Amino acid sequence: MINCTNEVTLDFLSRSANEGFARTTAACFAAQLDPTLDEVNDIKTAVSEAVTNCIVHAYPDSLGKIRMRMRLFDDGSIEIMIKDWGLGIQDVLQARTPLFTTGSEERSGMGFTIMESFMDGLKVRSTPCKGTTVTLRKKISPRLGART
Amino acid sequence: MPVTCSGNKIRLILTLTGEIDHHNTKTIMQEIVRNLETHLPKTLVLDLQGVTFMDSSGIAVLLRTYRQASQLGTALEVCNVPAQAEKVLHTAGVDKLMHFSKAQTLTHR
Repeated sequence: MINCTNEVTLDFLSRSANEGFARTTAACFAAQLDPTLDEVNDIKTAVSEAVTNCIVHAYPDSLGKIRMRMRLFDDGSIEIMIKDWGLGIQDVLQARTPLFTTGSEERSGMGFTIMESFMDGLKVRSTPCKGTTVTLRKKISPRLGART
Repeated sequence: MPVTCSGNKIRLILTLTGEIDHHNTKTIMQEIVRNLETHLPKTLVLDLQGVTFMDSSGIAVLLRTYRQASQLGTALEVCNVPAQAEKVLHTAGVDKLMHFSKAQTLTHR
């Protein structure tokens, strides 16, 4: 049985200035698991992708609310759920295909691929016109000589 | 996200510092294109040493710079790519498309 040991929920507006805020906050929270620099960077990058998706795709012409819930578990893993109440994704499987994008040439279509390869788990649930929930999971490997 | 320019018409060096994400992509791209079109260098060197964070927006920045440079007949070199940015760029295979070098060399002063 894996238990949740700590939890933070954060609501913020879909302003692009909040992308940096969200990934830095996630990195600070994950620090409790004593991750390596590489692991922290993976979390920051994945969160940046998920939050950018909300800003660019969920709320393309409006400001909306984004919720980020982060939970730590006693098996040394972190779960980050990023939820919006925006446009939703018509075809999640297609959206997760590398290089696929409905965005402008400023987008690369690599967001979901990065989330998937930088984290240990990625779940995407979406309902058109209702919103999208992305759940990221990462197991932080215990370090030798770490205090318990 | 400042973009600073040095070098000359043969070898123009653009040094990017700070974070490259969706929030500042537009500014970075405008600066790169403006410098590229003003100087029309033979080679454009993008120095990423000061980049503290990059997400997939950086992939689009590099690909668009590559395309713009090609159209103007400019060769593109990317140097001093930090580990975090390299991982992101490698995921998209950008490192196969363009030349990543360890350090910039100022041969033409």
